[in-house]
Amino acid sequence: MIKARGLARRFTTKLGPVDAVRGVDIDVAEGELVGFLGPNGAGKSTTLRMLTTLLQPTAGEAIVAGHDLLSDPAGVRRNIGYVGQKNGAGADQRVADELALQARFYGLSKHEARRKAGDLLERFELQGMEKRAVITLSGGQQRRLDIAMGMLHDPRLLFLDEPSTALDPQSRRNLWDHIKQLKADGTTVFLTTHYLDEADFLSDRLLVIDHGSIVGEGSPDELKNSVSGDLVVLGTPQAAVVATKFPDAVVEDEKVSFRIPNGDRSLPGLLRDLDNLGVELHSVQVHRPTLDDVFLTMTGRSLREETNAGQNYLG
Amino acid sequence: MLDRTILGDTWLVFSRAMLPVLRNPVAVVFGLVQPLLYLGLFGPLLGDTGWQWFVPGLLVQMVLFGTAYAGFSLMPEVRTGVMERLRVTPVSRVALLVGRVGKDVVLLVVQGLLIMLAAMLFGFRASAGDILLGLGLVALLGIAIGSASYALALKTKLEYVFASVLSSTIVPLMLLSGVLLPMSNGPKWLYWLSRVNPLAHVVDAERSIFNTGPVLLGLVSAAVLVLAGVFYGVRTFHRESA
Repeated sequence: MIKARGLARRFTTKLGPVDAVRGVDIDVAEGELVGFLGPNGAGKSTTLRMLTTLLQPTAGEAIVAGHDLLSDPAGVRRNIGYVGQKNGAGADQRVADELALQARFYGLSKHEARRKAGDLLERFELQGMEKRAVITLSGGQQRRLDIAMGMLHDPRLLFLDEPSTALDPQSRRNLWDHIKQLKADGTTVFLTTHYLDEADFLSDRLLVIDHGSIVGEGSPDELKNSVSGDLVVLGTPQAAVVATKFPDAVVEDEKVSFRIPNGDRSLPGLLRDLDNLGVELHSVQVHRPTLDDVFLTMTGRSLREETNAGQNYLG
Repeated sequence: MLDRTILGDTWLVFSRAMLPVLRNPVAVVFGLVQPLLYLGLFGPLLGDTGWQWFVPGLLVQMVLFGTAYAGFSLMPEVRTGVMERLRVTPVSRVALLVGRVGKDVVLLVVQGLLIMLAAMLFGFRASAGDILLGLGLVALLGIAIGSASYALALKTKLEYVFASVLSSTIVPLMLLSGVLLPMSNGPKWLYWLSRVNPLAHVVDAERSIFNTGPVLLGLVSAAVLVLAGVFYGVRTFHRESA
């Protein structure tokens, strides 16, 4: 559905050239829900803007939804949906008008446009808002309207740029359900996010981008496994004894922590071994690595520092 | 096929721009306040015979002040995601500009008509044919200035930059067009300066329509302005849309 090779964008600024995206390769198969994860300024939106014809790449090539990005941007536009970071409905327009006109821009007949608009109003829980001016909608309602506008022409491929930014926890959760449903209906979805929980919850596969280059790729679980295994924390008076068995173990009072691959599965055997050695155990904890651990390993930076606000927001 | 798409798209963009105006026609009235003030508070200074001379100039001034600021309506749509959303659809880039300009021209024609009708109460005289021709010239000038305004708004991006570019262009254009007083009253250098201003010829032509005199030079000036404005506008809309 997407096949990009060496896609790059260099911006010329007064302070010299800035390479926002440095030649990325992206492959997205039909029906996949792919998350594009990275901190602010990593090049996520620039990549997305190139893939959706909004920005001309300075190098590279791509086939998007079966059409060549460079030679047939109009073909790309007809076959994709795009929901940008900011609200796409005119503040002084009525909800139903914006939906119907958006459908007409994609060539739907008047009748078909009205029918589709009605369907989507219902699907995105906006019934009764038809005659409201867009400016009177709540943030969550506007966001759902944005996504409805991106879906009117049943695109096979939908791009979502930071879909849940600035939404309250409930609207966020609601939006995620809608996005999951899109995937279930067979739409290929490519979304950017800098929220780890969002990437984790939604994506089949993640691309991690930093400083304009893709630094990691895989399913959320694969990425987490690639880090260094799960963190096991044992409470025992013989912490020092246990520590000798694991090279990276850290001892802290009556606690010892170390990483092992597939902690959930290897733990029973491990506990038996320790029992045989006569080690007395008070407590056992296994922590799966988070995507933040992944990010830290891949980039040497924590994504959490940048998204603290969002994380706290969720509680 | 291609032309039909552009026409159809233009109609859609035009409809989208017109809907809020039709729902809230107060905007049309606001555009009338300034010209009506000139009509009531300045026109009478020119004496009973001044109306035939003054009203056509007033129409041109209305186009200038009414349409040059049209670009402001684009800026919130650029700042939020509206323009971006529209640009990802297959809608024609030309239509995105022309549809918007179309709305401004329709408003201008309605406002122009209302001003002429109001002026008739003061003693302005015009035949139906004169009014049609006069409004045609108003529409042409509106297309030119409207297109340029939208393009300039896209280029300048910031309201305060756009506003200062506008005020430093519109006022000299207006003063040198002879809208308020005949340029021939002034010294030679000022008169010749006004001859370089295409707007002055449009004003002359508009006056000739409601009196007697040559219209051609003004029509040509307006046509050249339309070509220049639309060219600049379409080029900017294409370029800013990658």
